[in-house]
Formats: sequence, structure tokens, C-alpha cells
Amino acid sequence: MIRRLMANPLTVAGGIIVAVLFLIAILAPVLSPWDPNDFDARRVLEGPSAAHLLGTDGLGRDVLSRMIYGARVSLMVGFVAVGIATAIGMSLGAFAGFFGGIIDAVIMRFVDVMLNFPTVFLILSVIAYLDASIWNIMVVIGLTSWMGVCRLVRAEVMSLRERDFMIAAVALGLKPSRIILRHALPNAMAPVFVSAILGVAGAILVESALSFLGIGVQPPTASWGNILTEGKDTLGVAWWLSVCPGLAILVTVLGYNLLGEGLRDVLDPRLKAR
Amino acid sequence: MLSYLAKRLAGFIPMLLGISFVSFMVIALAPGNPVDLMTDLNPKASPEARVKLEQYYGLDKPLYVQYGLWLGRIARGDLGVSFSRDRRPVLDKVLEALPITLMLNVIELILIVAMAIPIGIYSAARAYSLLDRIVTVFVFIGFAMPGFWVALLGMIAFGEMLNWLPISGLTSLDYESFSTLGKIKDIASHLILPIGIGALTGLAGMSRFVRSSMLEVLRQDYVQTARAKGLSERVVLMRHALRNALLPVVTLLGLSLPGLIGGAVIGETIFAIPGMGRLFYTSVLGRDYPVVMGIMMSTAVLTLVGSLLADLLYVAIDPRMRKS
Repeated sequence: MIRRLMANPLTVAGGIIVAVLFLIAILAPVLSPWDPNDFDARRVLEGPSAAHLLGTDGLGRDVLSRMIYGARVSLMVGFVAVGIATAIGMSLGAFAGFFGGIIDAVIMRFVDVMLNFPTVFLILSVIAYLDASIWNIMVVIGLTSWMGVCRLVRAEVMSLRERDFMIAAVALGLKPSRIILRHALPNAMAPVFVSAILGVAGAILVESALSFLGIGVQPPTASWGNILTEGKDTLGVAWWLSVCPGLAILVTVLGYNLLGEGLRDVLDPRLKAR
Repeated sequence: MLSYLAKRLAGFIPMLLGISFVSFMVIALAPGNPVDLMTDLNPKASPEARVKLEQYYGLDKPLYVQYGLWLGRIARGDLGVSFSRDRRPVLDKVLEALPITLMLNVIELILIVAMAIPIGIYSAARAYSLLDRIVTVFVFIGFAMPGFWVALLGMIAFGEMLNWLPISGLTSLDYESFSTLGKIKDIASHLILPIGIGALTGLAGMSRFVRSSMLEVLRQDYVQTARAKGLSERVVLMRHALRNALLPVVTLLGLSLPGLIGGAVIGETIFAIPGMGRLFYTSVLGRDYPVVMGIMMSTAVLTLVGSLLADLLYVAIDPRMRKS
């Protein structure tokens, strides 16, 4: 499987991007040339130079260092939000698919209702009332993005339920919880894994948009989104504030998407031939 | 046909109830209430005045009573009055903003579809050719680009540096002094950036979708039959394959409405366009519950209508659907 993954240069590129981002996030204190929150009133909105490779922002803070710390935020938001979404989606989906009937109907109607809301509306209303903080963002993104996983797991479990090993498990009189956890879910993991990787990309995009609107990660904590907010306010003056964080988001999301698509081709050959 | 319509419309009712319940709960359970917001900055507001305000807005009653009252009013088409200073009916505010958002999104969708279908057909017909690979690269980049960032770059390039296009609002300050033609030109110039950028960011997904849907159809036996009959590739693609390939595209269009209106929140906020998205954003920040709920409900209705329209279009394209 590793060999087949390595055979696709795009997947490898995605994997490398993601790995490098992890390294940057972990090594942020070592890598950043300045303290991300150190401000210097004499060096406000300075363009890129040898001392400040990506220039400084309106408070004279080093943009490169803030970008490096921003990688931590996006990584954390991406993974925690997707973790929450996957946990909710998998449990509801497994319940719906395994038990069927009225449980299935209720859960799937709920999924329909949630899908009919513009997610941004839900996120916005909750975030605006709770305090905007990185923790609330992660929870809210997670709570509003589990529907895809839920449908996926439900379909998978429903088709697994007809298979012999599952019928055998039921015939043996195992507890439903055990059947779901030990027999059904492990066999439904591949597509969930792929959708989780792609979900990280989506969560990072949402976080950056929210931070950009000023209701996401709050300053002084650096996030790519809130650096862009300053870029908008200094539109004609400091182009580096608008360009750099956007590129970082672009490359990050691209990396996760490439990796996810590559994994999908390998893990789910049914989808490949198209 | 009529019975189908009636059945679909009846199916809307539980959906709308569910949606209204979720949006009511989201707002009702949120900490802080609008009376705090109105009285916090006003030292003269006595506790008695607060109680009076709460009674006036019905906030002192239990939640289920509030929900019931609200639902009853909605059923009569009364969305309530805004909490903001202007105290205008919610319905007026929504009806003012809605046409702007709809216009933007409809033009955007038409542009997206008009570009995505030819691109998708070409990419599928010449799958894995050089051009298809180039398109694929752009699609991946397009997927990864945050729309608000592209908007920002567009504002820098066309607004600040080249000074070609206005970057904010729907009309210029001297709008009233223009002739009718001038007014149209003015609005159009304000719309180019938001619509162009919206269409550009939506293009990636749609062209990819057309491509995969087309590839799927091209593998079918009847396409092979058409080719075996000696029909030209053009006829095979356009007359035989495209029609079937467009079916999933129509479904996707119907489903894309919530995303589009949600996306309007960011686009309209950036470009200061007074549509539904910006109204929602400002209302949420101002804890203007009636407007927030009014927008959520009207969006939900729009979404359901959108999916119904998509189904009807589906029937129009696919004669097989008419019998069942």
C-alpha cells in the first residue's frame, strides 16, 4: 500500500507538505527568528528585509514568526475539529446503519435538517454568542461538520450488516455495542480516514475565514486568518500582510487535499477507475 | 405531476419545523440576551425598565412558550420587529437584502455553469491529455484557495494598484446624480469584482464535477453503441453523453444553495454589499435575534425551494423521470 501511495507524485507532494507543516508547528519556538508577540514601535509596517524576512505588521511584530505560530493554530483547529466531527458522525452513522428503522429515520432526518442550514450561519450564531476563542471555534466547527461522515458510515455499516461475518456476529448473540465497535466500524474505517484528512483542509479554511472576520482566533494569538484581517486594513500599504498568510493557507489546504485524494485512490479502489 | 408537487410541498413542513427548532434553540440557549445589550451601555436603565423590556419582547416566558408564540407568528407571515435601533419589521429588512444576494448568486451560478460545462466536457473527452492535466492542477489550487483571500488580492490588484474597479458597496456616493444608464453602469462596475471572484472560486469544484460525471457516462454501453453506429464524436458527446452527465450537475446545483448563501456572509462583508450575508453578520454581532431567525428561516425556505426546482429541472431533462 505504501508503494502504491508513493507511486503517485502528487500524493507524495501532499504528504511532504503535511509533514513539513507538522515540523514547523512543533518546532515553532526554535524556527521563529523573533517572538511572535514582540512589538517594536519603530518598525511598523516595514517591508521584507534581512532582519524581518516577511516584513512587520502594524504593531511592528515579525510576520514570519507570526506565520510560523499560525501553523500551530491551523493544525490544532484542523485536527481537533475533525476529531469531534468524526466522533459524532461515526457514532450516529453506526447507530443509524446498524439498527435501521425508526432510529435510522430520526438520525437521517436530523442530518437533512443540519445540511439545509448554511453551516456558516450556524457557526456564526454560536460563535458570536460564546466568546470567540480557539477552543470554541474547534468545537463549533466540529459540531457543524459531522454530517458527511455520518452518511458515509451509515451506508458502509448498512452494507456490512448483510455480510456473512456480521450475520455470524449477530447469531452468536454478541452485544450490539461489541458488534458495532469490533466488527462493523473497523471495516468502515478507510473512507472515514480519507474524509477526515479532507475534512482537516475544510476546517482550516473555515477557521481562517472566521479569524479573518474577527470572530475566530483572537489577537494577540497569531492565526493566518487574523493576519489577513490586518492585510485588508492596510490594503495598499502592506501587501505582504495579505499575500503571505493566504499562500500559507493555500499550500496547507492543497497538501491535505492531495494527500486525501491519493489515499482515497489507494484505499478505495472502487472510486479510482472514474 | 401535481400530486408529486403536493407531496414534495407537504414534505417541506417537517423539514421547516426541524430547521426552525434548531435555529430557535441555537439562539435561545446562547448566553446573554438583547436586553443586556440595550441596557448595558445605559446607566439610567433601572431593573424595572429591564423587566419591562423583557416582558415586551416575551423573553420572560419559558422557552417552549417563546418558541410556540414565534412559530405561530411565522405561520401568519409575521417575522417580528428588529431589535436594532431602527425597529423595522424583519420581513422588510430581509426582503430588501434578499434580491441583492439572489441577483449576485444567480449571475455567479450562470457564469460558473457556463464555464464549467465546456471545461468539464473537454477534460472528460480528452482525459489525461496535457490540457486536462493543466485544468486538474488549477482545480486543485482553486479548491485550496480561500475565497476571501482571492477577494483581497482582487481588491489590491484591480482596486488599489490599477484603480479600475470600485472595491466596496453596491453604488458610488454620487449614484443619485447619474442618468439611468449611468446608474446601471455604476452598479455593474461594483458587481464585477464580487461576482467575478465568486465565480472563479466556485468554478474549480463545478468543472471537476462535470468532468467526473461525464467520464462516468462515457463508460456506458450506449455511448459505445453510438460510437459504433459511426456517429461523429461531437454528436456522441453533445447529444448522447452530455444530457445524462448533466443530471447529477442539476442535483448539485439544487444542493449548493445553502453553501452559496453561507458564502455570501464573507463575500458581502468584504465588499460591503448590503445583502443577506452582511445583514446576517451584523445582526448576529448585534444579537438581533428576530433578524437572525428570520434570515435562517427564509434561507431554509429558499434551500428547500432550490432543491424542488432542481428536481423539476431533472424531470425536464430526463424523460424517464416523467413516468414514475
